[in-house]
Amino acid sequence: MNRPIRVLIAKPGLDGHDRGALTLAMGLRDEGMEVIYTGVRQTVENIVRTCSQEYVDVLGLSLLSGGHNYYFPKIIDLLKEKGLGHILVLAGGIIPNEDRESLKAKGVKEIFGPGSTISDIANYIRENVRGEDS
Amino acid sequence: MKQDIDKLIAGALSGEENSLSCLLAMVENDDTSASRILNAISPSLGKAYRIGITGSPGSGKSTLIDKLVGIMRGKGLTVGVICVDPSSPVTGGAVLGDRIRMEQHYSDDGVFIRSMASRGSYGGISKAVGVSVALFDAFGKDVIIVETVGIGQEGIDITRIVDTTLLVLAPGWGDSMQLMKAGILEVADIIAINKADLGADELADSIRDILTLSSRKSVPPVIQTQALNNIGIEDLYHELENQRGKHHHNEKNGR
Ligand SMILES: Nc1nc2c(ncn2[C@@H]2O[C@H](COP(=O)(O)OP(=O)(O)OP(=O)(O)O)[C@@H](O)[C@H]2O)c(=O)[nH]1
Ligand SMILES: [Mg+2]
Repeated sequence: MNRPIRVLIAKPGLDGHDRGALTLAMGLRDEGMEVIYTGVRQTVENIVRTCSQEYVDVLGLSLLSGGHNYYFPKIIDLLKEKGLGHILVLAGGIIPNEDRESLKAKGVKEIFGPGSTISDIANYIRENVRGEDS
Repeated sequence: MKQDIDKLIAGALSGEENSLSCLLAMVENDDTSASRILNAISPSLGKAYRIGITGSPGSGKSTLIDKLVGIMRGKGLTVGVICVDPSSPVTGGAVLGDRIRMEQHYSDDGVFIRSMASRGSYGGISKAVGVSVALFDAFGKDVIIVETVGIGQEGIDITRIVDTTLLVLAPGWGDSMQLMKAGILEVADIIAINKADLGADELADSIRDILTLSSRKSVPPVIQTQALNNIGIEDLYHELENQRGKHHHNEKNGR
């Protein structure tokens, strides 16, 4: 891609700000990406609408307090319904091993736990975003 | 490509946000597409009121926009907002964090918020912003607000793109010398001293001094606001309405 990759970092659910999401936003900026950070306690509808208005390539979801099995599939379904199924959905935060497979089956492309580095995530994004004009 | 653009324009006209969003991306990413798109929509331009909001970093521009949009929505006006933030000159990346102040409008169908990074060349971004404003105009937004950082030489020359330029300053930003150097007082149609809760008198005095010394024929209104506390916003809106009458839409846009 000959333009910066655009990423939305969003926090659904009842979480407040967390270091992880902010660190990721700054880290991806340093990797040359354009990162939109929307604030905490976002509804499913608002996250999807922001994806549309901001024309993002990647949606990074962060959730610490549980609820990922509820929110993440809802967001992915609504993205598809709104014609935004091409967006690469990634998850971060604390997600128990037993939930990983089912989330991936529902369309979360990759899950990055607390041990992941920014460059892991950035490299994954660069390899997996859809190409231009597709 | 031509067909793509036609299809997207038809989609955007029927109210599809994805289509409008895609057109905005094309405008931002590719100069040739920008020119094509502008050609295609140029017959339907000229209805919107275009407001540029610029000023020192952190002075409260986004928070002010949030409150102004609230008033506009109350009057039934639809609004497009474009927020430009600087790209890192080193990595080319950016954190685009203006929309976070406008959360109350995320779910409102009458408001479309788009963040843009300056991507290094202010010449390039100026054109992209100009055509993006035109897109919102063509697709029926009644008011278009553009937020840019920077006052003075750095930053984009927003005054050429909009009908009215609002300069937002906040106490503690600088003294008369800096105001003078920045030069933007000369082009602002309205000046807001935001964060007036922190004490605006000193800054108001400096601004008055500079304006008295300047060669401007008409002195712009200076309004004190507290965006965070929703104070002074009605006055500011009223001034924006006043200014609208003064600027003829097509005179300034250089098209
Ligand atoms: N005390 C006080 N703080 C305010 C007021 N308006 C905004 N702020 C705060 O000032 C900070 C910056 O506000 P923004 O609206 O993001 O300012 P901005 O000019 O858009 O900032 P940049 O886009 O980063 O240049 C936030 O913490 C706001 O809550 C006000 O009237 N009084
Ligand atoms: Mg801002």
